[in-house]
Amino acid sequence: MLDVIIIGAGVSGCAIARELSRWKADILVVEQEEDVCCGTSKANSAIVHAGFDAKNGSLMAKLNVQGSTWMPALSRELDFPYRQIGSLVVMLRPEDRPRLNALYENGVKNGVPGLRIVEREELVSMEPNISDDAVAALYAPTGGIVCPFGLTYALAENAAANGVRFQFDTRVEALEKTASGWRLATSQGPLEARVVVNAAGVWADTLHNQVCPDPITIQPRRGDYFLLDHAAGSHVRHTVFQLPGPQGKGVLVSPTVHGNLIVGPTAIDVPDKDSTATTQMGLDEVRFKSSAAVKNLPLRQTITSFAGLRAHELGHEFIIRESAPGFVDCAGIESPGLSAAPAIGKMAAGIVASILKPEPNPDFRPTRKGILDPRQLSIPERNALIQRDPAYGTVICRCESITEGEIVDAIHRVPGARSIDGVKRRTRAGMGRCQGGFCSPRVLEILARETGLSPEAITKSGGSSRLILGRNKDTL
Amino acid sequence: MEQYELVIIGGGPAGLAAAVAARQAGVRDILILERDRELGGILNQCIHNGFGLHTFREELTGPEYAQRFIRQVQDLEIPYKLGTMVLSLDKEKTITAMNPEDGLFQLRPKAVILAMGCRERPRGALNIPGTRPAGIYTAGTAQRLVNMEGYLPGRECVILGSGDIGLIMARRMTLEGAHVPVVAELMPYSGGLKRNIVQCLDDFGIPLKLSHTVVDIRGRERLEGVTLARVENGRPVPGTEEYYPCDTLLLSCGLIPENELTREAGAVINPVTNGPAVNDALETSIPGVFAAGNVLHVHDLVDYVSQEAAAAGRSAAQYIQQGEPALEAALPVRCYGGVRYTVPSAIRHQSLRSEDVTIRFRVDNVYQNKTIVLRAGSEIVLRRKKAVLAPGEMETVTWKAGALPEGITEIRLGLEEA
Repeated sequence: MLDVIIIGAGVSGCAIARELSRWKADILVVEQEEDVCCGTSKANSAIVHAGFDAKNGSLMAKLNVQGSTWMPALSRELDFPYRQIGSLVVMLRPEDRPRLNALYENGVKNGVPGLRIVEREELVSMEPNISDDAVAALYAPTGGIVCPFGLTYALAENAAANGVRFQFDTRVEALEKTASGWRLATSQGPLEARVVVNAAGVWADTLHNQVCPDPITIQPRRGDYFLLDHAAGSHVRHTVFQLPGPQGKGVLVSPTVHGNLIVGPTAIDVPDKDSTATTQMGLDEVRFKSSAAVKNLPLRQTITSFAGLRAHELGHEFIIRESAPGFVDCAGIESPGLSAAPAIGKMAAGIVASILKPEPNPDFRPTRKGILDPRQLSIPERNALIQRDPAYGTVICRCESITEGEIVDAIHRVPGARSIDGVKRRTRAGMGRCQGGFCSPRVLEILARETGLSPEAITKSGGSSRLILGRNKDTL
Repeated sequence: MEQYELVIIGGGPAGLAAAVAARQAGVRDILILERDRELGGILNQCIHNGFGLHTFREELTGPEYAQRFIRQVQDLEIPYKLGTMVLSLDKEKTITAMNPEDGLFQLRPKAVILAMGCRERPRGALNIPGTRPAGIYTAGTAQRLVNMEGYLPGRECVILGSGDIGLIMARRMTLEGAHVPVVAELMPYSGGLKRNIVQCLDDFGIPLKLSHTVVDIRGRERLEGVTLARVENGRPVPGTEEYYPCDTLLLSCGLIPENELTREAGAVINPVTNGPAVNDALETSIPGVFAAGNVLHVHDLVDYVSQEAAAAGRSAAQYIQQGEPALEAALPVRCYGGVRYTVPSAIRHQSLRSEDVTIRFRVDNVYQNKTIVLRAGSEIVLRRKKAVLAPGEMETVTWKAGALPEGITEIRLGLEEA
């Protein structure tokens, strides 16, 4: 009998796990995929919203502003990439002025610091590639960008270092109330815990509806994106949103913490909870809409396109509460869920703690060091590192200059990378302009060597996603 | 900082030929920096034959061709460093590189030859919609897995793009026991050499579907199938979709010269080739920095890479021996009538008087019965009839040394009616 099972190792589940590890409790995170950060958390805008958008008085608004406020300190504590670059919501038609003012006022009420409306002249000086149609913009200096993988892995690793265990490839199929808690039927056998946390992303409604009388509906809402090469990374300096209007919400254009440019998303409701396929229509829509607020966008420098699903709850509100005795929901975590993650973690962990009333964990360590980035070192420091461990002298991913040392570190972390995509999300190997063309055979080789598995057993992303299906002439 | 006269970035066919020519032209201190574990570059995975017909009058495999140059490099005692990645290059020709033995180190040679080659256009850059499962490889990545490591990436393999590597891999996958049901090509013509279409597709009964592309990719974990459709005016034609169940999709959709270092150093880039703009000495806009091979423009025959690189090696030698001469004025070479680009894109006055100038170029479409015309001002320097010109085949003209017409301001190369 465990104290807590958290279902889902996305950013919410990991944030809750990390907050719960401040207490003495036996905690297990179960995840249906092979790694942390495989669902909504891995495919989103990578934005820390300042918090002016969510409706004043909503839980979304409160947790967004808290999360955004805490993110800078958390990024230092847990060593993940975050930059406060500020955001702009651009108004393209003079008649939209009332809506821009309303957004400003909503933000002020939500407690977002430093908000102001900038007029065209100042806007152009802040953002030279802004559309010629741009009239004014709402400027939020606390808007930021984050590496969503970096944040999620940082939370997971810190949780693990403080005693939380992770179990992957484990799909929860049914929940049953017992006298002392919950019994879970999973693809890896039964598990029991006193408290269950439902952080299952787009699947949260199927779990909730099994045990709670009031059903909820999570509508998977697909967002298609383009990611552009570093060469385009400074096309804008801030996260540039379009002011939502009658014609819809528009798409954002933003630098990423790694110097790329991200453009998207669409918002297309899909019936299926795993339909992350991009479509021609979706990509065309991003292409069309992206030019509204930013001019001369170099979409020819696209290095990849992808789609993710938002866990849109029909009431458009975060559901964080004890919905049944010992069953804590963390559902409907759509945008601004990434921004709010630190606050979501604290709130949900607080609910769990109020049920379990555990002792504080005297061994809790709040800090974690990320995978060493040798590019941040001086030449003598870097040479000392290479002398200590020559693997840091071998570049595996040429596009992002990722060394073997970083890849080996990623594999041996807890929880560590077991697949090509696991290495990619942790180190950026394969994330560059050639998209793993040169380095994926080398990463495969390193993964096989370090894990003791045969190369044929190494996958792109778990399950049946093997990269190699046989040996030459083995069927002849 | 160690002192070298010449550093060559890249130990593939271009870097090797450049090193040999520079040494033969009298350069003493040469260093080749190679990021892979051995010299030879991409030739090491090109185990098919057909290399060296021009250079050696023999049909060699890629590794054999490379070995001929590696042996010359070794006989001439030209030093090289393997597993060495160049991290940066600046306009003062400071090279920052790294390997496990030397750590991070800097070099400041008198001259640099860029020979970094090219990379393949990945799936992401093609904007093919669908899922993102395992089983989608660029043709070159698959070639490395099969030819160097002995692994078969899949068993039922659709190929998109009819570049030479895609054609070669259609044959290779078939020989290794996989089935290739189709090669699809977006353009109405193949991007590869005619001989490869015959020897790699026709001889194996593999259909080539021109004006077709992949419009959907299915499979969540491993690829399960792709949908092809006919393309008109750059858009898929509804109703022409055809589904191919497959576990592997190989992409051979274009090669991109790897010029991140070149850009960082501030050299002018030709937007058509994505390589540096060079004059007839193959010198970039940075004095003393030369370029050759696929980093300059994508070649289809390695023999021409070797020739071009040897010329770059001789130019670098001259530059070093003349004590860094000032950049001479050069005449631009303009393209017209279907010529997409030329290398070089400028020719110095002096070389026109004293030596032959080789101009390599590609056309933008398939042309029949045209005349290649080279004009200096109003004067026609050269005319050559050509039955067929295709984008997949690089063309070469040689301008014989001689007196330069008076007062010309530009040189033009184009196609005209025969």
